[in-house]
Amino acid sequence: MNHSTTGDVPVFPNRVRPRYTKAARYAVPLLLTAMLSACMTPPAELDLALSRPTLQQKYVVAIQPMAEPIAINALHSWEVKVATPAGAPVLRANIAVDGGMPQHGHGLPTQPRVTRELGDGRYLLEGMKFSMTGWWEIKLKVDTAEAGTDAVTFNKVISLPVPVKS
Amino acid sequence: MLKRIEMIAIYSAALLVAGAFSAGDASGLSLFNSRNLERWLPEEFAAIMSLRLNQLPAAPADPSNAVENSAAAIELGRRLFADARLSSNSMVSCASCHDPAKQFQDDRPVGQGVGTGGRRSMPIVGLGHSPWLFWDGRKDSAWSQAVGPLEDAVEHGGNRMAYAHQIAAHYRSEYVALFGPLPDLGSLPANASPAGTAVEQIAWQSMDATSRDNVSRIYANMGKAIAAFEKTLRHSPSRLDRYLDAVSKGNSTPQTILSPQEINGLRLFVGKGQCISCHNGPLLTDQQFHNTGVPPRDSMKPDRGRAAAVPKVLQDEFNCLGRYSDAKPEQCNELRFIATNDPHMEGAFKTPGLRGVSLRPPYMHAGQIATLEDVVRHYVNAPHAALGHSELSHLHPEKKPTGKEHLERQPIVLSEAEQRDLVSFLGTLH
Ligand code: HEC
Ligand code: HEC
Repeated sequence: MNHSTTGDVPVFPNRVRPRYTKAARYAVPLLLTAMLSACMTPPAELDLALSRPTLQQKYVVAIQPMAEPIAINALHSWEVKVATPAGAPVLRANIAVDGGMPQHGHGLPTQPRVTRELGDGRYLLEGMKFSMTGWWEIKLKVDTAEAGTDAVTFNKVISLPVPVKS
Repeated sequence: MLKRIEMIAIYSAALLVAGAFSAGDASGLSLFNSRNLERWLPEEFAAIMSLRLNQLPAAPADPSNAVENSAAAIELGRRLFADARLSSNSMVSCASCHDPAKQFQDDRPVGQGVGTGGRRSMPIVGLGHSPWLFWDGRKDSAWSQAVGPLEDAVEHGGNRMAYAHQIAAHYRSEYVALFGPLPDLGSLPANASPAGTAVEQIAWQSMDATSRDNVSRIYANMGKAIAAFEKTLRHSPSRLDRYLDAVSKGNSTPQTILSPQEINGLRLFVGKGQCISCHNGPLLTDQQFHNTGVPPRDSMKPDRGRAAAVPKVLQDEFNCLGRYSDAKPEQCNELRFIATNDPHMEGAFKTPGLRGVSLRPPYMHAGQIATLEDVVRHYVNAPHAALGHSELSHLHPEKKPTGKEHLERQPIVLSEAEQRDLVSFLGTLH
């Protein structure tokens, strides 16, 4: 797995800036048209890195689906790798999982959990499911006795399957 | 009340504004021409192709039902499905409410068995693709679902003890061939069930634990045979599938299959109408639960939907983790990872598949909406939910934008002409 430990943490790391601030100057109908054209597509500036430091930089977390591509509506697993900022594996971490679709106002359809520690700072995250295409957030809260609690949010865009030839 | 009227006025104003805009927009009906029709943007093309029936994978195996692929179980299930002896008045079978001639539903707003139910009968074709059964998903397999209506007081109104006697009397050899010897039921009461009337419950308590277990196992096995039959029910290709097939092959005359209005409706379905965000895939459902603010049938007793169903499925003796399941615990992943505390599930119902939808009004979980015109209008109006919060949003033209609009679903804005096109598209799904 590719571990980027460079501290490229944006101030507002996982949420993109509201896109409609400029449009607010125009008349309401125009604004609405702008909103509509953007409703189904994930924001262009979305940071899709699957390896990133936690908010307070206590850990560096990398996540990876166990199999790709991720099928819509299928339960599947991810591997989560937790390291210190210096790159040492973090063992015995408690990891809580949350997430959802910011553009649709709903959470994950399942309640995924880390079910097993795989060694070397790696953890098995089971029970993930994405029920539609689009922008999903995967939020992890990592806690260890040594370094305490910290949080990180990843963005994942689920796209339509490539059509199977009939 | 006044408030309500004000709201309606606001919606109408919003509609007018939206209508004025889309009339000049290239997707408006007024600008139709045959060349434009077949021009699909790459995202649109991928989206429409994902709706084709031939993209539907085989339904996943149900590890909790060991007989689901057995021809003998399918045959037994077919007979049980249509057997009205399996009811308290000998007049109700599964097929009473799931009529094979009506897409396995009954065209009624709410189910009518030995009594009147509170929800609409669901078409059951393709149920093997649904991890959760019923409008609220309170069952986690087709066999566990099937044992529900048999003991429901207003559906079949019977009890598992009586059904065990019926199996012994009418289906003994078929049952024994599939599931092994039938226990001796001779000394047991005629009627008994842990879920039945007070008298049936007392009779059930008077039975010893082994007999109770034997009877519940016969009952579960009836469900497994019925499920095996149900899983064989498949959709046949629709007019939409024929059209998409022609488009995918670059056929020059796909417009002879769908009209310009229907094609524009398809474009709206996968685009501006946002329908595909919940009604996705070849069955046009995400198999998930959403609160879409459909008004309850009885405003005094709003239906909590999924929120009330989660504890039920977790406690169900016939769930994937229960003693009558054939699955290993680690095969019960849907149940193991069920979302138990998601606030969005208050008042949420399962997204119904839309194949054949125009032939089976009325609509929604309790038949609250009579026509497809009114269904589409519901999405544009997007009323507040009676219980919980609707995932849909409506326009608030009087409000200043806050910049937070992107954090929720955008309103579905469709002109009157676009709403009509969307309705005509829904007529292509059979
Ligand atoms: C009195 C009418 C009635 C009878 C009889 C009846 N059902 Fe149903 N069925 C319904 C209703 C109403 C629902 C939705 C109920 C709910 O969501 O609470 C339903 C839902 C279902 C579903 C869920 C489909 C889905 O997509 O989730 C299946 C499967 C089903 N019934 C099968 C059966 C079988 C098998 C039998 C016979 C053992 C049966 N039904 C008997 C009315 C009936
Ligand atoms: C947020 C998810 C969502 C979106 C977006 C959505 N639907 Fe639905 N749809 C549902 C759910 C959930 C139900 C069932 C609601 C209930 O019964 O309370 C439903 C019900 C329906 C029904 C009734 C089917 C039946 O058998 O009763 C139709 C028709 C329908 N939707 C069409 C559409 C169209 C057309 C659009 C786009 C304008 C759309 N839907 C957008 C989730 C959605």
